[in-house]
Amino acid sequence: MTDWSALPGYVSHRDGPEMPTVTVETERLREACTHARDELGFAMCVDVVATDYLGWAGKGVSGYIGTASGRDMMHPADQGLQVLPAPKPKRFSVSYHLLALRSGAASIAGKAGDARPKGGGAPRVRLQCWVDDGEHVPSVVSVWPTCDWHEREQYDLMGIVFDDHPNLARILMTDDWEGHPLRKDYPIGGEPVRFSDEQ
Amino acid sequence: MTSIASSPARRPIVAEPQYDGSRIPSRVPTILDVPEELRSSEDVLQVNFGPNHPSTHGVLRLIVDLHGEEVVGVSAVIGYLHTGFEKSMESKTYWKCVTYPERIDYVGYQNNELVYVLAVEQLLGLEVPAKATWMRMLLCELNRIHSHLVFLGTSALELGAISMFWYCFRERETILDLFELVTGQRMHTRYFQVGGLAEDIPQGFFAECRKFVEWMPHALDDYRGILDRNQIWLERTKGIGVLSAEDAIALGQTGPNLRASGVDWDLRRDQTYLAYDQVDFQVPVYPNGDVYDRYRVRMEEMAESTKIVRQCLDKLERMEGLPWIADDRKVVLPPREELHTSMESLIHHFKIVTEGFRVPAGEIYVAVESPRGEAGCYLVSDGGPKPWRIHFRAPSFVALEATATCLHRALVADLIAVVGSLDAVMGDTDR
Repeated sequence: MTDWSALPGYVSHRDGPEMPTVTVETERLREACTHARDELGFAMCVDVVATDYLGWAGKGVSGYIGTASGRDMMHPADQGLQVLPAPKPKRFSVSYHLLALRSGAASIAGKAGDARPKGGGAPRVRLQCWVDDGEHVPSVVSVWPTCDWHEREQYDLMGIVFDDHPNLARILMTDDWEGHPLRKDYPIGGEPVRFSDEQ
Repeated sequence: MTSIASSPARRPIVAEPQYDGSRIPSRVPTILDVPEELRSSEDVLQVNFGPNHPSTHGVLRLIVDLHGEEVVGVSAVIGYLHTGFEKSMESKTYWKCVTYPERIDYVGYQNNELVYVLAVEQLLGLEVPAKATWMRMLLCELNRIHSHLVFLGTSALELGAISMFWYCFRERETILDLFELVTGQRMHTRYFQVGGLAEDIPQGFFAECRKFVEWMPHALDDYRGILDRNQIWLERTKGIGVLSAEDAIALGQTGPNLRASGVDWDLRRDQTYLAYDQVDFQVPVYPNGDVYDRYRVRMEEMAESTKIVRQCLDKLERMEGLPWIADDRKVVLPPREELHTSMESLIHHFKIVTEGFRVPAGEIYVAVESPRGEAGCYLVSDGGPKPWRIHFRAPSFVALEATATCLHRALVADLIAVVGSLDAVMGDTDR
């Protein structure tokens, strides 16, 4: 088992069905990522994704949930009621999904050992940090070059500012777009209409 | 037109390791900057490639700096096809969302649909019947062949081999007919449901699919006959657009692009899902990382996928009469015929269609090996009937990040070959 608490800036971790989630301090994110790449063998960052938790758990979500065996219609409450989700520490989470190219068969052809990660351990991990609106996240483009566009996308759509990013510009929306569409306070249908009847 | 082969910047056909260290442009990894001494020489011509050029496979715009015939600077502009799928899905129930992922990657649609339903099923903890699992695998492999055929046909067409296009689209047509037979739709099938499949496998499908599986190896022989010893094809592809294994990993490349750079990695085998651990297939890997190796990897993957489809058929033919969708009335629509006789079923149907089913709170990231590489679905649920946040990890988006590295010291004619070989679908890139 990987000792996650050795990560710089480690805050907490929890296991998930598909991969563990390790929360790290935002300020030390780059250190944590470098450590994950060099010491834990996470050679690849597959995805960077930010989530806006504005209004999380604010509205009622009671009701029955489906499960594998279905619900006994004669005893409708025997599986309990849906519970309110736990509140989140800050408004935005920024998650880095890391992948270690390790399994029985994986190796680099002709160069076995070069990129082979050290030791066993989890093949995937989610590094997560939390920020409020206006707070910045250190860019990890210097750790994984692939994060260039991923970070630009999250900046564009979610408004997360990545410090020291070499080219932090909008990528999917146009350069003069106002607002960040994936934020929860950005309404569907609220975008300006560019070519209306009046124009 | 000047002969390409006589140009001084042309590299030898025999692919040797042509990179001294990393070729990633360092300041911005996805932009190739014009060298200082060239910029001041006024010999550099800036050209817009796209966004409406047919060989961009959609609406990709490359701003290319040319010094003679050599590409000295390149940056990609994307987003022309951004449709806000992720935002739209946040306002739809899980049941209605199934249609969206297919339209994101509209060539590898079945695999994208799969990654979404797998994510929801994992959060629900829902068991899927074996028949649905095997049928999903069969359709995903057919879809992989379909996607590689589109790649092969169009990228060969762009390099002048127009006959390849007709041959590839002949087989593609057969696959689309198979999809139509099963799902009623040629593309964007909406056949996978949370819990299994929308309908049972129709009669006559196995026979038709077997015919295709028997024919496909011959079709692949045809393709090899046209291209494998075609001198023009070899000159246009060998040693072009080189991406080393280290650069491919650093740039997050997955799928055929990664395997053509010599990295032996396939999620179907290495982080298995569905029933891929129960079928026999090989993962083709080639070491040179050039356009030619990307072509070879995809050619062999089509042969391997055909093998998987055959094994799925063997398995599915013995599953006649078994359930194709989970029996959970809180998540899955009740059988149609029950609606006329059962009040309970009618209520369930009504509730699922109008209000949707609820998914336990949590976050999850599920990845599958799509034809373009790792397609991932990150899903956050707050316990309600709509996704709180859904995000798709698009392999095409990441593939295009490698254009600057691949085009390092390339010729302008190679630009088309390189962009085609990365096999990006712009719908997937822009979402």
